[in-house]
Amino acid sequence: MPTPLKILVPVKRVIDYAVKPRVNKARTAVETSGVKHSMNPFDELSIEAAVRMRESKNPPVDDILALSAGPAKCVDVLRTAMAMGADRSIHVEIPDAGQGQAELEPLGVAKLLAKVVADEGRNLVILGKQSIDDDSSQTGQMLAGLLGWGQATQASKIEIDDSDRVTVTREVDGGVETVRFPLPGIITTDLRLNEPRYASLPNIMKAKKKKLEKKSLSDYGVDERRRLKTVKVEEPPPRKGGGKVEDVDGLIAKLKELGAI
Amino acid sequence: MSSFTKALRPLARAASRPSSLGLRITPESHQCLRTLTTTPNLCQAHALDISSIPPTPITHLSETESLMADSIRKFATETILPKVRAMDEAESMDPALVEQLFEQGLMGIEIPEEYGGAGMNFTAGIVGIEELARVDPSVSVLVDVHNTLVNTAILKYGTEESKRKWLPRLATETVGSFCLSEPASGSDAFALKTKAEKIADGYKISGSKMWITNSVEADFFIVFANLDPSKGYKGITAFVVEKSAKGFSIAKKEKKLGIRASSTCVINFDDVEIPKDQLLGDEGQGYKYAIGLLNEGRIGIAAQMTGLALGAWENAAGYVWNDRKQFNQLVGEFQGMQHQLAQAYTEICAARALVYNASRKKEAGLDFVRDAAMAKLYASQVAGRVSGQAIEWMGGMGFVREGIAEKMFRDSKIGAIYEGTSNIQLTTIAKLLQKEYTK
Repeated sequence: MPTPLKILVPVKRVIDYAVKPRVNKARTAVETSGVKHSMNPFDELSIEAAVRMRESKNPPVDDILALSAGPAKCVDVLRTAMAMGADRSIHVEIPDAGQGQAELEPLGVAKLLAKVVADEGRNLVILGKQSIDDDSSQTGQMLAGLLGWGQATQASKIEIDDSDRVTVTREVDGGVETVRFPLPGIITTDLRLNEPRYASLPNIMKAKKKKLEKKSLSDYGVDERRRLKTVKVEEPPPRKGGGKVEDVDGLIAKLKELGAI
Repeated sequence: MSSFTKALRPLARAASRPSSLGLRITPESHQCLRTLTTTPNLCQAHALDISSIPPTPITHLSETESLMADSIRKFATETILPKVRAMDEAESMDPALVEQLFEQGLMGIEIPEEYGGAGMNFTAGIVGIEELARVDPSVSVLVDVHNTLVNTAILKYGTEESKRKWLPRLATETVGSFCLSEPASGSDAFALKTKAEKIADGYKISGSKMWITNSVEADFFIVFANLDPSKGYKGITAFVVEKSAKGFSIAKKEKKLGIRASSTCVINFDDVEIPKDQLLGDEGQGYKYAIGLLNEGRIGIAAQMTGLALGAWENAAGYVWNDRKQFNQLVGEFQGMQHQLAQAYTEICAARALVYNASRKKEAGLDFVRDAAMAKLYASQVAGRVSGQAIEWMGGMGFVREGIAEKMFRDSKIGAIYEGTSNIQLTTIAKLLQKEYTK
């Protein structure tokens, strides 16, 4: 008999992928006020993966819990997660998050998640492989380390068999790699895992009735101190226009001149 | 001058009441003013008491509405946008897309959950129609007619039995259509010639309808026909007719200037017999239903037009501020261009304020007839102007049949025509104003 899954899906509210981020005047962080935010696209993949596990019914899914840690506005991404199919959610409110220094580091998030996993009796955590704002790509791995669980990162396919073994396909340079671990475990999602659904109107209305718990960091008693200090943030230098070549021979000559071939 | 102050007096009285927070027009004080509607009691009966609610910016959306806007925007950009050009060229709606609209719940926005709909509020529908029109006004009008005219007709005037029968289908699989106009009755809608006749166990409808939106996709038609022409417009009665009914036929599909993916046809009713339970509401009340539905529906068309204007503006702004350079600078950085873009955006915001205000007033149960007429009139004017300018801003790239610029311009023209022409809106507004200002 397969063990029913109790899934945790952490979701992050980030600057929308279509918005061009700008560095603030003090050059300490990226400007976030008045900028459109939405759910980290990799986290949408995680929610979708969890909901599809529920729909396939094998193994059965007991509960999908979404969690977000950040400012009050994170409620929006949790509602989206619930409209997509998560059963309930926890919002760990961090009043000034997003303002650079108050933001949790991956280690802080991983510690928080480890506590939630224990409190809520989770046996599977599905995370985005990275958030598109910090691009740290660390949280899932740190969480696996803290819990001592197996992990499969950058999943492009997930299968769980009747004896609680999770088989994950990951895209690596030049091919695919297949890894397997027994539950409980950690999965981080990659782009080609699935195509996340849109929250349909009836499901948006249903999400309003789902439970959203408010918590604060002190409820979990984790040490979320930052280990890093952001010294400065700068925009990348503007791209310089390239040169034009007349024909293929010109291109080859140019590449040779630059030492590229 | 004295008449002006006299007109303001009731308002001042209302404002000086201790319960009133300011010069806001509460439903209470509204009654002191001359009412603008022909059915004031009906309106007041549903009025919410909004006097104690702190005012918010008119652009403020509820959590549900903004979540819905995000979801539909994404759906529209990722799923509809790639099909827009091809559907316009082919002059047909992709059936797969219609299916997706049902899956997204866009075809049952206000239908309560118990009947399989989303159970959202009126303004959520307006938000949805606007978001769709930003990408494709043809898809937007399909959703608009289905929701604001057809679903609302059943919700408002249908019996419990007919709600149970039709609403779940309308929310999940059946497109609806609204048949009022005829070859000889457009603006003069109640001069309609389609006849209904009582037969043993139902009704028999004969005549023809013209300019019927959604008729190709729809299986469900709300048809207005005169049951007793001797009573004039008071004989007009609303019926439900299914496409499969014997004697129902689509005579001709119109080739149009704009919203070409949306179907518009002539429909013939050749002694179409329908059972008794397909009478909608009461006999002889059809004209009232039509007026009521079109008053609301107008806000939907206004939203389609503001969505269109926004879509056309954003498309052009993206081009002139990012791509197109002349004389070594982005064309959008020339002052002559900047001022035009700013003027156009201001007009769009003004039109949207009218649209959302009309929608919120409708939701609060206040009289909104004039607001809806003003919103529809102005939004269609702005849409026409802005989409036309947008082509000029983009130059050749706006003029070619690629992208959406020229299509938005063609699509905008219908805004001044359907669901009450601009002249009819002006007449409505003027009549209501004259009523208010006649001493």
